[in-house]
Amino acid sequence: MENLSFSKKAARFVLHWILLMVVWIAFTSSFATQELLVGAGVTALISILTISVFTCCELPVLCPKSIFYMFVFLFTFLFELVKSNIDVARRVLTPSLPINPGVVKFKTNLKTNFSRMVLANAITLTPGTLSLDVIDDTFYIHWIDVKTTDPEEVHKEIAEKFENILLKIF
Amino acid sequence: MSIFEIIGGFFILLGSIFLFLGGLGIFRMPDIYNRLQAGTKATTLGAMSVIFGVGILQLEDNWTWILKAMIILIFIAYSNPISSHALARAMYKSKRYPYIKSTDDNMDAYREINDNQSKEEKS
Repeated sequence: MENLSFSKKAARFVLHWILLMVVWIAFTSSFATQELLVGAGVTALISILTISVFTCCELPVLCPKSIFYMFVFLFTFLFELVKSNIDVARRVLTPSLPINPGVVKFKTNLKTNFSRMVLANAITLTPGTLSLDVIDDTFYIHWIDVKTTDPEEVHKEIAEKFENILLKIF
Repeated sequence: MSIFEIIGGFFILLGSIFLFLGGLGIFRMPDIYNRLQAGTKATTLGAMSVIFGVGILQLEDNWTWILKAMIILIFIAYSNPISSHALARAMYKSKRYPYIKSTDDNMDAYREINDNQSKEEKS
C-alpha cells in the first residue's frame, strides 16, 4: 500500500504517535511536564523512523465501527481462552486421556495477510486447536479431538465466529 | 486485609492452578503437538491471570502497577501463540509424524503439507 495519500499517512503517523505516548505514560506513570516532553520527543522520533513499516502492512482503517468490533473480538477471544483452559483441564484430569488427534485443513475468506495472522493466533488459543501452517488461503490445523475432516465443516466448527468479526474489522 | 488483596490473591491462585494443569498436560500427553496444545493454552491464561492478580493486589498502594501489568498482558497474549505456532511448524517441517489413536483418515491434510514441502525441496 505505497500509494496512500499524504493525509492518510499523516493520520497513521498521529495514531501511532498517540499509541506510543499511551504506552510511555503507562510505563513512567507520572504526569510531570519534563517526563511528558521527553516522551513526546522520543515517541515522535520512533514514529518517524518506523512509519514505513506501519504503512506497508494492510492495517485496518480506524473508524468507530471497527473499534467497536475490536472490542467484540477481544471479549470473544477472552471467553474462548477461558473455555479452552477448562477444556485442557478436563482432558488432562480424566484418567483415560480422551483425545483423538489429527490434522485438518480449511480455506478462509479473509483477504489480507495481517487478518490471517490474527485468525491463526486466535485459532491457536481456542479449544483444542493449534495452527500448524498457513499457505495462501489454506489453514492447516492440528485438532486434538477430530470430529470431521471435511473442509467446509471444519471451517464452520473452528473459524466462523472469529472470521465474521474479523471481516467487519478489516 | 483489604478487598483488593482478596481479589488479587484469587486471581494469582487461579493462574497457578492453570499453570499446574498445563505442566501436568505436558507430562501426560503422548506427542509434541498435543503437548504444545496443553502448554500454550494453560501458560497463556495462567501467566495472564497471575500478572493481572499482582496488578490488582497493589491497586491501593501503587495504582500504576495495573497499567504496567496491562502492557505485559498484551505482549503475552500476542507472543505466546506465535511462539507455539513456530514450534509446531518446525516440528512438521522436520517430519515428526503426529500421534494418532484410532484411524488414519485424520492425517490426509498432514500428508498434503508434507508433499508440498517435498516438492519445494526438489525444485
